[in-house]
Amino acid sequence: MVRFFPSVPMPSTPSSDATLPRRQRWLSVLAKAPADRLEALWRRLHATPSYTVLRRPEIGLVMLQGRISGSGAPFAAGEMTVTRAAVRLESGQMGVGYVGGRRPRQAEIVAAIDALGQLPDWQLQLEEQIVMPLEQEAEARRRSRAAKAAATKVDFFTVAREAGT
Amino acid sequence: MNDIALGLKDPAHDSQTLFRAVLDAFAHPGRIVALTHGPAGVGPLSRAATAFVLTLVDRDTPLWLSPDLDTPAVRDFVRFHTGAPLVAREADALFALLTLQRAPLIDGFAIGSDPYPDRSATLVIEVPALTGGLALTLKGPGIESEARANIAGLPASFAEEWAANRTLFPCGVDVVFTAGSELMALPRSIAVEM
Repeated sequence: MVRFFPSVPMPSTPSSDATLPRRQRWLSVLAKAPADRLEALWRRLHATPSYTVLRRPEIGLVMLQGRISGSGAPFAAGEMTVTRAAVRLESGQMGVGYVGGRRPRQAEIVAAIDALGQLPDWQLQLEEQIVMPLEQEAEARRRSRAAKAAATKVDFFTVAREAGT
Repeated sequence: MNDIALGLKDPAHDSQTLFRAVLDAFAHPGRIVALTHGPAGVGPLSRAATAFVLTLVDRDTPLWLSPDLDTPAVRDFVRFHTGAPLVAREADALFALLTLQRAPLIDGFAIGSDPYPDRSATLVIEVPALTGGLALTLKGPGIESEARANIAGLPASFAEEWAANRTLFPCGVDVVFTAGSELMALPRSIAVEM
């Protein structure tokens, strides 16, 4: 069964912004984390919360909206596969998980972390042992990619100078 | 948002089973089918109405809730499990949940147009029971000679309203009556005598 989720605007800038509300930042980091790495960190935490699955992980399509230069008229940039899940802890907190691709397990872990994150007792532990490391790794990946790209940069200053005279 | 009731246990298979039952009800007007594959009723909704919503309502079918059924529990449930837009005007809805409190009962909903009679509303009317009350005689497609039905609490004015609905054919609304976990369908093609 293919479901169509509501279309969403594509983020124009990579968002690892510390000013975002906590839950939003967490969900952003968790959604983009490599599945096996998230699973490993989650296992290491030995958290076994008991929860009810409100929405079993389900795979669907999201229509991405883009804007030229970030401010032009919106257009449909294409569809992407998304897996989502929702859980509710016994204490009542509801957590949601949306991740890219076909990753039912990751969507459920993200939902569980999101639900637990609403409990003050768990927040610090989850932040330090899961979200922070993932965020730092993502930042390191971004830097190394940027460095590789920077190494291939071509400087056209000679051409510009000649054109100017 | 933290107390959303559970939906179908096995969405793919349960909704197929429920859909089959609803189809059966529409194919045999007056027949009472049991919708037992769904969860318990949510808020003021019966189990059958809840199952009907989970089976047929989705993002493409605007839903209208009558004021007595419009509770936060129902709104959250519908939004979370079906994603259907909840509309304020009856005429914008493709599905409507209402009770016998509404008068006139079936007036004001979309009836479709001659080129598109399918763009009409299906009304889910919650009733106390599908027994007792005035005796109805049903005739039309899907019924060999005639079928009998009883709907507790149905006002006598319904016969007149339904006759007016039938004159619109092929336009008009379809109705399902729900009580507990039981459902009975009344498609627009059926003539009702009281």
